[in-house]
Amino acid sequence: MTLLHALKTAALAGCLSTFAFSAAVSADTTVNGSGASFPFPLYAKWAKDFSKQNKGVRVQYQAVGSGAGIQAFIAETVDFAASDAAMNDDEISKVPTEKGVVLLPMTAGEVVLSYNLPGNPELKLPRDVFIDIFTGKLDTWSDERIAKANPDVKFPDDKITVVRRSDSSGTTYVFTGHLAAISDEFKSQVGHGKSVNWPKRFVGAPKNDGVAAMIKQTPGAIGYIEYGYAEATRQPMAILQNKAGHFVKPGEDSGKAALASAEFPTTDLPGYPGTPDLRVWVDDPEGEQAYPIATFTWMLMYQHQDEENAKVLRDFIEYGLTEGQKDATKMGFIPLPENVKAKVEEAMKLVGSSK
Amino acid sequence: MASNPFAHVVTKVSGPPSAVDYGADKLLRGVVWGAAAVILLLVAYIVFELGRQAFPAMLEFGPEFIYSTTWDVQAKQFGILPEIWGTLYSSLLALLLGGILGVAIAIFLTQDFLDHRVSNVFRTIVEMLAAIPSVVYGLWGIYVLIPLIRPGANWLHDTLGWFPFFGTSLSGPGMAPAALVLAVMILPTVAAISVDAFKRVPYKVKEAAYGMGTTRWEAILKVMLPSASSGILAALVLGFGRALGETMALAMLIGNSNQISLSLFAPANTLASLLASSFPEAGPIEVQALMYAAIALLAITLLVNIFGLWIMKAATRKFEGK
Repeated sequence: MTLLHALKTAALAGCLSTFAFSAAVSADTTVNGSGASFPFPLYAKWAKDFSKQNKGVRVQYQAVGSGAGIQAFIAETVDFAASDAAMNDDEISKVPTEKGVVLLPMTAGEVVLSYNLPGNPELKLPRDVFIDIFTGKLDTWSDERIAKANPDVKFPDDKITVVRRSDSSGTTYVFTGHLAAISDEFKSQVGHGKSVNWPKRFVGAPKNDGVAAMIKQTPGAIGYIEYGYAEATRQPMAILQNKAGHFVKPGEDSGKAALASAEFPTTDLPGYPGTPDLRVWVDDPEGEQAYPIATFTWMLMYQHQDEENAKVLRDFIEYGLTEGQKDATKMGFIPLPENVKAKVEEAMKLVGSSK
Repeated sequence: MASNPFAHVVTKVSGPPSAVDYGADKLLRGVVWGAAAVILLLVAYIVFELGRQAFPAMLEFGPEFIYSTTWDVQAKQFGILPEIWGTLYSSLLALLLGGILGVAIAIFLTQDFLDHRVSNVFRTIVEMLAAIPSVVYGLWGIYVLIPLIRPGANWLHDTLGWFPFFGTSLSGPGMAPAALVLAVMILPTVAAISVDAFKRVPYKVKEAAYGMGTTRWEAILKVMLPSASSGILAALVLGFGRALGETMALAMLIGNSNQISLSLFAPANTLASLLASSFPEAGPIEVQALMYAAIALLAITLLVNIFGLWIMKAATRKFEGK
């Protein structure tokens, strides 16, 4: 009796799953992407809206991390990928040449410092203080340099609890990139990368939300998170001193000013003559109104695939460059400057079908 | 007619097993053996696969991996001593707290302190703790537990700071909140299995103890507890194993800092937390190092289990005379 029952259930389940499976297959052209979690909220919205507007087409994006995205791209298990650190020359050389690579900056973001002080006043951090906090040299809020930069604020006697990312992340890559560019000491002691050798005293928390929660819950804490995330959760953001010596608030305009100083390499992507190299970092932007910690983030595309997929991908990129840039502003990302957009428009033509 | 008057009975009730009986027996035997073999094969395969992927890292870093203290991906230096320390320290603290509490709950539920029905409800509630997702424990730790224990912890540090356990102040995440949450997480395992262990002790044993004139507490502590000791130890070993492998709640609460400190309020790190936080974005060499760390975790768990079994055996011999 029970056996019979079990058999019936199994048969029914089998039928259902076959049905579901065939439905999924017959549906649409689906392109799958995976990679960086930093632009995930934006790409996910693009994918959703783009799929809604275009019948018979589905774009899916999974936030698995830049590193995993690159691995998947090299292993050809995705149709496109995304990475906050683009791809290095070594990684590019691992992509099969019959598929080919083109790297497209699609949006940009800032990394901000958030903190937890009584009443959360506006906080200005001079460069030397900022460096000393993150090399672990400075560990108390009652330091006179902090007081001097913020004469109106009364600081508590609390220790500075630095909260960092415990997982390897593109946010850390961008943040340490700036610090390593402005301080040799930071570069040699802590380093530049997706996960670095932080002073042992620092507290690690997973993901942006983990760091944000930890800062909120810890009096005297300071830590780095993405601008979009801080904006959405209304965390206080420190005003940083830039290369020109000005104190600048994070935001869309200061981010654009930072990206404006980006100079793209004039050479081609290694191994791909004729493909522009669109990898550029603004580790320490020049402009007077530039917020110091900003970065592009890239989509990784194959140059050769079947025509159907290629068309969907090109349309998707086009959507991201036009409609998508409006979403970027709303969601706390920085829209691409016009000159960069033009470069991407040109480069995306390389996303084509098989030879 | 004169042959066998019991012929019809023989064939139906007490005859030799038929071919079908043999077949069913063989089939059942096969299925049971197969199920057991699948577990062994699975463990062997996991160990093999981990070993295969960790092999390059084992060759490169050797035993130094176990006793060095830096995890620096950029400099390609990998060492997991702080994580091993943090794993064992947090699990031991959790075992101490959760173990005492869990066995106490088991005594409370089984030794006639409560009406039968009430104790069943109580037991269900304790077991429900096991159904709460790890990440919820983590969030509860961040938003409720840490602010709750911070004043007390910092008072301890201010007044008894010379004592190594209170050597640092608690800023946010650290060993103490992690161990407390871990204790709550292993509580249902320890309590449920201990309850079963107490229930397995025949009622006559208790009656005999009372008959000899023991008080209630003498009966519980000197008769019931030793009689149930092998089951309780099994509960503790399982609870410890759970604590060693717990990941998400710890990744959120322990502070993920690679340092070795006796202080209960300093941030630390565990192997499972290291694996969970580093894996998603790890490069090829780091992945090998992480696999090596996973093998270390596996080895620690295995050693703990063997040690636990050995203690259980000793306890059974001493208290239950087997």
